Amino acid sequence: MRYGVGPEVLHDVNFTLAPGSFHFLVGPSGAGKSSLLRLMYLAHKPSRGLITLFDRDIATAPRCDLPELRRKIGVVFQEFRLLDHLSVLDNVALPLRVAGMPEKQLRDYAEELLSWVGLADHMQSRPAILSGGQKQRVAIARAVISRPKLLLADEPTGNVDDKIALRLLYLFEELNKLGTTIVIATHNEALISRFGHAQLHLENGELLVRPATKRSV
Amino acid sequence: MFETRSDLPLRGDASRRFLPWLVALNVYLAALALAGLMALGDAVSTWDKGLTGSMTVQIPAPVAPASKIGDGEIAGDNDARVAKALELLRATPGVASAQALSRAEMATLMEPWLGSGALVAELPLPALVDVQLRPAAGVNAGGLESVLAAAVPGATVDDHKKWLDRLVLLVHSVELVAGAVVLLVAGAAIATVIFITRTGLSLHHEVISLLHVIGAQDDYIARQFQSQALALGLKGGAIGFALAAVTVVGLGMLASRLGSQLLPPLSIGPLQWLALAVLPLGVALIGMATARVTVMRTLARLP
Repeated sequence: MRYGVGPEVLHDVNFTLAPGSFHFLVGPSGAGKSSLLRLMYLAHKPSRGLITLFDRDIATAPRCDLPELRRKIGVVFQEFRLLDHLSVLDNVALPLRVAGMPEKQLRDYAEELLSWVGLADHMQSRPAILSGGQKQRVAIARAVISRPKLLLADEPTGNVDDKIALRLLYLFEELNKLGTTIVIATHNEALISRFGHAQLHLENGELLVRPATKRSV
Repeated sequence: MFETRSDLPLRGDASRRFLPWLVALNVYLAALALAGLMALGDAVSTWDKGLTGSMTVQIPAPVAPASKIGDGEIAGDNDARVAKALELLRATPGVASAQALSRAEMATLMEPWLGSGALVAELPLPALVDVQLRPAAGVNAGGLESVLAAAVPGATVDDHKKWLDRLVLLVHSVELVAGAVVLLVAGAAIATVIFITRTGLSLHHEVISLLHVIGAQDDYIARQFQSQALALGLKGGAIGFALAAVTVVGLGMLASRLGSQLLPPLSIGPLQWLALAVLPLGVALIGMATARVTVMRTLARLP
């Protein structure tokens, strides 16, 4: 993969994610973790190579089919990417709204999920007034509300303290137990060693798969 | 087709403030052009109806001293020449009536130029005879003039065709200009909406990218832009139409106060007002369609 006419950011990257698996995506800054995630959530097309998602070859899939595939993927962005002009509730409900779910039903779902992540009192608040941890939870709620088959998180613990980071990881594990395949890009060595999931190690544009280790939790 | 809520923060865009005024200006200009065209069309129709099936015979006043002319009649007394012409005209097949205009009627006709003084009475004006023809009479103005001129030298027949032809040419020219104005206005409206939509797409690129990532179809995003374009277009169209209506009514009132015989009533009827009212709606719909096409074409280039 390359951006425009720049150098290849990723090359010789080969891996398969088993359904229901949990991986940490690790590697030094600039190794291409965010670029790999961008390829996986279909925001960028590979300049060469093959990506198969949900048994579909992305390179040959018609553009009109991509939204349906994207709805099976939940994404937690490093910088949250919440819409400041919408309420917390509307931010979380957005994936259901674009999928065409009736307004009443999607509001019920969003309210229930926000209560579950501890933001029941902030449903009508604007994201701008929330703390980093609260924004993170809103971003995660938005990513999981449509029960995605694949959840991609880019440094989800980068803006929160260790206690909240731990809680978020437990939340991801709960989702994983419900069958969601999870890939989390992180630099947090403590969490990686604590949870011991398999690792996709990315360095110099190349990827190495490391198996799961014994968890210390 | 219509979205009442928007996931895109379009309400805060600067375009929201000035697009209605641009649309209002466009609608105002187009409405004036069309209203002028309608009023002119009505005037021509009135003139055409009034003049078709009629002719005007002009009998110039005799030149003193009297001279012997034609087949032995003596010119000098115009009343006799008019009587002769009337007799001939009334005997002509196809002529329903022939009526000489009185001095008073002549004075009324000349009033816009000469005023209402006694000057008209002193001028050697030609006598005018209003000739009404039967429907499909097929009276030839040239032939009638030859016959009349033989009996009443100097008499001419005018079937108004030349004048009407020139008038129709003028009206067609004005129609072309008005059509060009409407096309230019539509073009300007389309260009404005394209520019504003592209600005919006660029301004909200991040949000659009996010909506794509969470699975939004291009149509979902386009609906939000087109709804905004429709709403702003309707608002601007209503303003432009209201201003144009005030202008048209005002001009009509000014024209009627002139009381001129030359100017036809510069007003338009209820059906024409209804047709004009479609204009702001049409402009708003064009704006909506333009916004949609612009968004769909731009988003089609994204992954």
